[in-house]
Amino acid sequence: MKLTGAQIFFECLKREGVDVIFGYPGGAVLDIYHEMSNHNIKHILVRHEQGAAHAADGYARASGKVGVCLVTSGPGATNTVTGIATAYMDSVPMVVFTGQVPTHLIGNDAFQEVDITGITRPCTKHNYLVKDVRDLARVIREAFYLARSGRPGPVLVDLPKNVIQAVTNFVYPETVNLRGYRPTIEPHKGQVKRAAQAIRKAKRPVIYAGGGVIHSGASEELRKLAEILQIPVTTTLMGLGGFPATLKKGTKEFHPLWMGMLGMHGTYCANMAVSNCDLLFAIGARFDDRVTGKVEAFAPNATIIHIDVDPTSISKNVIVDIPIVGDCKRTLQYLISLFEEEPIHELKEKRRSWLEQIDEWKRAHPLTYKQEGNVIKPQFVVEKLYELSKGDAVITTEVGQNQMWTAQFYHFNEPRTLITSGGLGTMGYGFPAAIGAQVARPDKLVIDIAGDGSIQMNIQELVTAVCNELPVKIAILNNGYLGMVRQWQELFYNKNYCQTCLSASPDFVKLAEAYGAVGLKAVTPEEVEPVIKRALETPKTVIMEFVVDKEEGVYPMVPAGKPINEMLLV
Amino acid sequence: MSSNGPNENNQRHTIGVLVENQPGVLARVAGLFSGRGFNIESLTVAETNEPGMSRITLVTTGDQHIVEQIIKQLNKLINVIKVIEFRNMEFVEREMALIKVKAEKQSRAEILRIVDIFRAKVVDVSPYSYIIEVTGDEGKISAILELLNQFGILELARTGKAAMARGKKEYGKKGLPHKIVTREQETVDE
Ligand SMILES: Cc1ncc(C[n+]2csc(CCOP(=O)(O)OP(=O)(O)O)c2C)c(N)n1
Ligand SMILES: [Mg+2]
Repeated sequence: MKLTGAQIFFECLKREGVDVIFGYPGGAVLDIYHEMSNHNIKHILVRHEQGAAHAADGYARASGKVGVCLVTSGPGATNTVTGIATAYMDSVPMVVFTGQVPTHLIGNDAFQEVDITGITRPCTKHNYLVKDVRDLARVIREAFYLARSGRPGPVLVDLPKNVIQAVTNFVYPETVNLRGYRPTIEPHKGQVKRAAQAIRKAKRPVIYAGGGVIHSGASEELRKLAEILQIPVTTTLMGLGGFPATLKKGTKEFHPLWMGMLGMHGTYCANMAVSNCDLLFAIGARFDDRVTGKVEAFAPNATIIHIDVDPTSISKNVIVDIPIVGDCKRTLQYLISLFEEEPIHELKEKRRSWLEQIDEWKRAHPLTYKQEGNVIKPQFVVEKLYELSKGDAVITTEVGQNQMWTAQFYHFNEPRTLITSGGLGTMGYGFPAAIGAQVARPDKLVIDIAGDGSIQMNIQELVTAVCNELPVKIAILNNGYLGMVRQWQELFYNKNYCQTCLSASPDFVKLAEAYGAVGLKAVTPEEVEPVIKRALETPKTVIMEFVVDKEEGVYPMVPAGKPINEMLLV
Repeated sequence: MSSNGPNENNQRHTIGVLVENQPGVLARVAGLFSGRGFNIESLTVAETNEPGMSRITLVTTGDQHIVEQIIKQLNKLINVIKVIEFRNMEFVEREMALIKVKAEKQSRAEILRIVDIFRAKVVDVSPYSYIIEVTGDEGKISAILELLNQFGILELARTGKAAMARGKKEYGKKGLPHKIVTREQETVDE
């Protein structure tokens, strides 16, 4: 079958199970757009290519499928870079197709030429420049395979215009043959047995789980293991939803083993537990500096077990005692079978004093805030969003205080319900990601919990949501500041609030209306609930603006570089 | 614990990297070192006897922990087929240097004697200089350089090291597992 490059592109996408592309056209990809209507594929036209990348990323995180994005050469391609880096840091499976100038012009500084494979080399799992149409099907096949297997990540495929126009015999490769790529999925059984031995001996064990649990679909196994071994659990920001925070969605009946998030803005209990444990079981987490604080003081007396599918994550920041390279789900399944065969004797007795200690820490400093005066506290808004959405929404966030308050006060019970830029901390991520999530989960309530600064970074996507009838809700916690940066200035820079006050903000209600969305605003605490209720009843894109306490801070807080048991508390 | 900065335990390590001969592969390897703050002392690259495969030999410094991380990161590159760490094994390490040395009438005999002792070669002669070709391990190259220094070294080009394990093992020929994935395996893997 003789096909053009553009036709091959769509044939391959169909075979990869792609049903939606987030994109933006331009000269270099016109042949693909020209061909598009002949194929049964949905295209969401964003208003900025960064939005396309984040939306594809949000779609991938919400669905577990590979997100796809298509943009033109030059500026179209460079506009996706922040989105690619965001996905790379958080291991999100994504394939980004960029147009490129014709092969004979490459290197000539041609119009809208940029070396996008060079630019994205350090922030993609892999990338390709396709120079011959005969390689196209193989490259696309490999790109999708790489994006979703092993430790997932973004892959970029650069498509010169003449390659897309060229004709060749189309053969879809049935197998992928990558000599240099064979991720270790099955763990080493001996290592898992060693881990089991260490767990048997432990008196004060803690599970520290990360995003790997969600990528590998291991949350059920994680819950089971924690319960049969009665080990308290904390997760990273990326791991939220990987373990059920509560016994019943929408309530505050917390799972008895749940300690909340750890790290810089983690709970007192989680940070104390990690600092005092004698066994730390890290599952699909990578000992990021926002988690560990001062590394030398992180779990100083613990034997550390670490499961990760990516060997480079193991013993990178903290030397571990029992490394296990493998898929989290597989490894946990095997571990569970070992403990089912031979349970720990007198487990209750063994755990009593440790679990009592954990409860004491929970009681000593629960997550809280002080309601004073007639001003809306941002934490109160997040609590109300949790309550009124019955804990059943897909939540995305922007970056800053809004993100941390969401992590603390919205309680996540299921994987893929919190979608946030953890590794890169990309302001402007949450809203386009919410669009992608809503496309992936049309049945779900999707809310972007935003800051007044971040939301303006990709506000143009309002029209994308409205045009595509995506009823995404945006909850802006408007504190009039780049709040998280202001908090650092308050604590570490003598309250010199240089350039963090957003003295002029748009009228968000009018802005919503200008884009054809609905705008609502709450100024007093009593107005919060009615505004949220109205928003949830409205089957449209809605902006809720909450004018909140300007100088509220996120606590607990571990100052950067300090041990995590040295927390500033409320 | 982890630091990429200088460290008293810094040691030289020679690493062999078998790579697919794809465009950009050298940039990926070099970019890995610069991006993560690893050192490269020397790097050589050329095709191997197997079509489509090249071999990079690089010399880096760092403590054990850093070198482990370097090896893992190299392995993570999709185009890297195999990483060979020359440690705890017998291996041969060679480098070639071209040395242009000032050779006045009165010093020529002495230079030729040194060349002879080192089993080096004079590959170019001009009225005032020689180009000397010398091959050997690091010790040998630095020794000859030190001796020639007194005459005045005008130019120096060193290739960087190439290294190979002693004995039978053939990296990159039949003994090497090809990483093939079928659709069935892939669905299992996910
Ligand atoms: C693209 C980008 N630029 C800058 C930063 C640095 N930064 C981190 S949080 C923050 C403030 C965010 O302000 P806002 O969105 O209003 O959120 P708040 O902290 O007030 O809730 C800034 C500027 C960033 N994370 N991302
Ligand atoms: Mg703000």
